[in-house]
Amino acid sequence: MNKLPMTEADLQAWVDGVLPEMRAGEVEEYLAAHPAEAERLCAYQAHKQALKALFEPVLDEPVPERLRALAIPPVAVDPQKRPFLERWSLQRIAAGLLVAVVSGAAGWLGHAQYQAAERQAQVMPLPRQAAVAHVVFSPDVRRPVEVSAAQEDQLVAWLSKRLGTPVRPPKLGAIGYELIGGRLLPGNSGPVAQFMYHDASGQRLTLYVTTENTTNRDTGFRFAQEGPVNVFYWIDGKFGYALSAGIGKSELARVATAVYDQLEHK
Amino acid sequence: MDNAALLAEIPRLRRYARAMLGNRAAADDLVQDTLERAWARCALWRAGSDLRAWLFSIMHNLRVDQLRRPNMPIHSFDEDACEVPTRATQNDRLEVQDLESALRRLPDEQREVLLLVALEELSYAEVADTLGIPVGTVMSRLARGRERLRLLLEDQTSGVNLRVVR
Repeated sequence: MNKLPMTEADLQAWVDGVLPEMRAGEVEEYLAAHPAEAERLCAYQAHKQALKALFEPVLDEPVPERLRALAIPPVAVDPQKRPFLERWSLQRIAAGLLVAVVSGAAGWLGHAQYQAAERQAQVMPLPRQAAVAHVVFSPDVRRPVEVSAAQEDQLVAWLSKRLGTPVRPPKLGAIGYELIGGRLLPGNSGPVAQFMYHDASGQRLTLYVTTENTTNRDTGFRFAQEGPVNVFYWIDGKFGYALSAGIGKSELARVATAVYDQLEHK
Repeated sequence: MDNAALLAEIPRLRRYARAMLGNRAAADDLVQDTLERAWARCALWRAGSDLRAWLFSIMHNLRVDQLRRPNMPIHSFDEDACEVPTRATQNDRLEVQDLESALRRLPDEQREVLLLVALEELSYAEVADTLGIPVGTVMSRLARGRERLRLLLEDQTSGVNLRVVR
């Protein structure tokens, strides 16, 4: 026997059908004498065919437009920068935008009371916190809330747990406002809750609930105007409530009264 | 670079990326990055050389770059993803799932070689070129990848009594 010893590379090449004819013949002789090896190589061939069959359909899928567009040389855009901007830093852009929106909104809302705000340093008063949260989240079409009203039980359980006290969105259907859902937000020193409602016209209003009040001084209804947002707020024990919307004072007062009544009689 | 030639390569790039990543959106993102990088570097492409091989090597390098990055998971917001889970449909395409999940469990470097050989039918030398590794490394990754895939699939079907019919 003058043949070269069989190597694994030969066997792999046989699976792929790329051996010269003579060497392939020698492999087949070898396999005839080694049935376990033959079985192994047949499995490799079968898997190769199966992989091809599995991904073959992708070739026939229509090419998405965003890829098709890239078959044409990009114009006026530095192609190196595009993927970077479009994908890798999307989250950073989003985060940056949020910061910009929040600070922009805060600055804009705080403009009138700039000096007061400066003296109060870090702590934002309740109506301003609520108004900022309102302008940030209520225009959001796709994700205005974290948990939707469809999972109201979960929403209530979750927010109650995080705030450490039972909180429940009042039912405002009777006065024409339906619950969209709610979210958890950072307040001055801990978590606060925001519930969002809308009426039939899509007008949104938000109820902001904090448990951060430590002054132990209840208040009646107070009204604040923060830019385009009207806010009714009141303090009840450790709870602070603020109802915000871009609607008229009298309409908002009507809603605030309904909310107050429900919270009192729960 | 010729637009038509480039367009013609897109389906193959998508197929390979899909097989590599297993996820349609991520795969198309990778193809997009590949095309963008190809345009950015089209000065480096020598007319007449193999466009496909060049694109595959760009894709490979992009993947290497991405894998080196600290892993920041990127979730796309998908309303449907938040829906209540529905009936399990795994059994509907059990075999396909087996092969796909076995493929998923191969180390990246083995899967890559295996797919370039099986799907793209590149020669071992072309695979070596595309991945920037010696041919000997291609051969050992191919052998290990194939054997691992076989064992994974054998494990999955070990409950079923399979016999080779001669």
